Amino acid sequence: MTLDRRAILGGAAALPILGAMPFRSARAQANNTVKIGVLTDMSGTYRDGCGPGSVTCVRQAVQDSGVTGRGINVEVLQGDHQNKPDLASTIARQWIDRDGVNVIIDVATSSCALAVHGVVKEKNSIMLNSTGATADLTGSACNPNTIHWTYDTWMLANSTGGAMVKAGGDTWFFITADYAFGHALERDTTGLINKQGGRVLGSVKHPFPGTTDFSSFLLQAQQSRAKVVGLANAGVDTINCVKQAAEFGLTRRQKLAVLLMIASDVHSLGLQTAQGLSLSETYYWDLNDRTRRLANKVKGDMGGAMPTMWQAGCYSAALHYLKAVADMGVEKAKASGAETVVRMKAMPTEDDAFGAGSIRQDGRKLHPSYLFEVKTPAESKGPWDYYKLVRTVPVEEAFRPMAEGGCSLVRT
Amino acid sequence: MLEDFLSQLEMAAPQIVLGLVNGAFYALLSLGLAVIFGMLNVINFAHGAQFMMGAFVAWMLLNWAGIPYWGALILSPLIVGVFGVVLERLMISRLYKMDHLYGLLLTFGLALIIEGVFRNSFGSSGLPYAPPAALTGAPVDLGFMMLPKYRLWVVVAAFFVCIATWLVIEKTRLGAYLRAATENAPLVQAFGVNVPRMVTLTYAAGVALAALAGVLAAPIYSVNPAMGSNFIITVFAVVVIGGMGSILGSVITGFALGLVEGLTRVIYPEASATVIFVIMAIVLLARPAGLFGRA
Repeated sequence: MTLDRRAILGGAAALPILGAMPFRSARAQANNTVKIGVLTDMSGTYRDGCGPGSVTCVRQAVQDSGVTGRGINVEVLQGDHQNKPDLASTIARQWIDRDGVNVIIDVATSSCALAVHGVVKEKNSIMLNSTGATADLTGSACNPNTIHWTYDTWMLANSTGGAMVKAGGDTWFFITADYAFGHALERDTTGLINKQGGRVLGSVKHPFPGTTDFSSFLLQAQQSRAKVVGLANAGVDTINCVKQAAEFGLTRRQKLAVLLMIASDVHSLGLQTAQGLSLSETYYWDLNDRTRRLANKVKGDMGGAMPTMWQAGCYSAALHYLKAVADMGVEKAKASGAETVVRMKAMPTEDDAFGAGSIRQDGRKLHPSYLFEVKTPAESKGPWDYYKLVRTVPVEEAFRPMAEGGCSLVRT
Repeated sequence: MLEDFLSQLEMAAPQIVLGLVNGAFYALLSLGLAVIFGMLNVINFAHGAQFMMGAFVAWMLLNWAGIPYWGALILSPLIVGVFGVVLERLMISRLYKMDHLYGLLLTFGLALIIEGVFRNSFGSSGLPYAPPAALTGAPVDLGFMMLPKYRLWVVVAAFFVCIATWLVIEKTRLGAYLRAATENAPLVQAFGVNVPRMVTLTYAAGVALAALAGVLAAPIYSVNPAMGSNFIITVFAVVVIGGMGSILGSVITGFALGLVEGLTRVIYPEASATVIFVIMAIVLLARPAGLFGRA
């Protein structure tokens, strides 16, 4: 055989694939080792809110849990699903089947979250979802292997949407990301608007990912003459929408409802453009002593960035999982994902990110949510000093009542 | 009936204008690609990354050196152009004798590396870059819509840059040398023209055009590492539809496809990302050399 350039190139291209092949069997691992896989967006539109920071937060949780002192080894793996559901479920399958991963944490992007949600049920593993938003995870699609940790579309609709309607914004137009998350957020917010006597005048769905110019959609929103323009998208899409809405003077006659915006988005947008926006989160680093303590622990490894609620959720979820593992014993915890989840639901949660909380039968983790207003440049004392607390939504009101979700796990 | 039509037109007119703005970016980017392909026969997949670098360099100039937008408009293309010279001399020039595919693979790899480096240094959600004070303020009233001054400036600037590039290549002595060198490099070299240097500078000029588009885009779109890759696939479709290497073709197609995309956003927004590729497939079936290409 002659070796030509093509063959060499082909060989070089195959090298990374070889590198990723399993050369050790899952059975070879020690029995006192649990494996946590952080499956997230490492390179796309949501990277800054979760991505490498989520991995840092999970590692911090491992350290804070103190399980290593009790003879339990914890291995943290990371994977980039590139916001593609097919890739997400492939990685999840490989992790569970080949690498013996016991729990998958984070799983940004609702479409990927729903894909992995199915895989963990089939394999009797566990998903602790922090960044995925769709409330279907604990509603019509709920299963005994998933806990939805940080927030969801219903909570966003209820907190930000509710506040807008109460303030007189009773006619809406939506600019929606055309995938599971955007659809769920629009649906939940529409439900709330209708319930409070408002009206939705129209909506437009933009392709995800890959839309950079939103001016056409913003113009349609302007022409609708709705009082509120609801942005049912996230990450760079929302950043671009807010930026271009300011450019087109949309905010002079209409109000912008950023239904999902997190601290790293505000950081990227700059206070000049973001000031005055109302948004809802369940964690903000500067909320109290405990949230500040968590932020100070991880920011060094995150290049000085403060953790977002998505990343803080990964911390909280990993910590609670490890508590359950320590409580049940490694072997038992690894034997059945569903049983470990039952144990996690039975134990109260307690951590620096969300304080005291609990997990509901349908897999919904409960804690308060907060309505914030973005500070003006004059009010902000420096980088990451971005929010004023407007209202705390108590635990009982923050999330969708269990009976309304339609989850089959709920015994009435 | 007439009223229906008029109200449809009223809805569509602003979208046509916005389509032109996007078309301006497509035209500028595909222009650089066409220049590089036409003269060097290299399919420059790093074009999107160079567009992104243009925007980032503008941001760095503002935040690290205090140089405002107007300065960046000239300096950023120059800086990224020098980067293009280095790239061409060190790597791309070694592939001229080989199949197109090698140039494509090399530049694609470079694009991934450049994007990765920027993502690791600046994150993925982007950096703020405000438009210059002279172009902010109340939008211009066109009668049927309010167009921000900055977008108007983008269309005008892009239009003139496209015309100027076309004039340089088609109507000047330098352009004549370039076109001759593409046809028969050894002959042109025999006349005493330094062909390798000319090729290097042509690549740099193409790269500078991408960077210029990047600076123009910085105040509108979030300055983020993926901004180029979002554009580049569409721009390649534009170049293919216009005819690989046809400068006038890429400019006209750029503006035209911006319009088509804008209208799709009103009629059926979900398809706005796909419509250009549908057109590309049809054009490839009917005229494989593109609308303005020579078979």
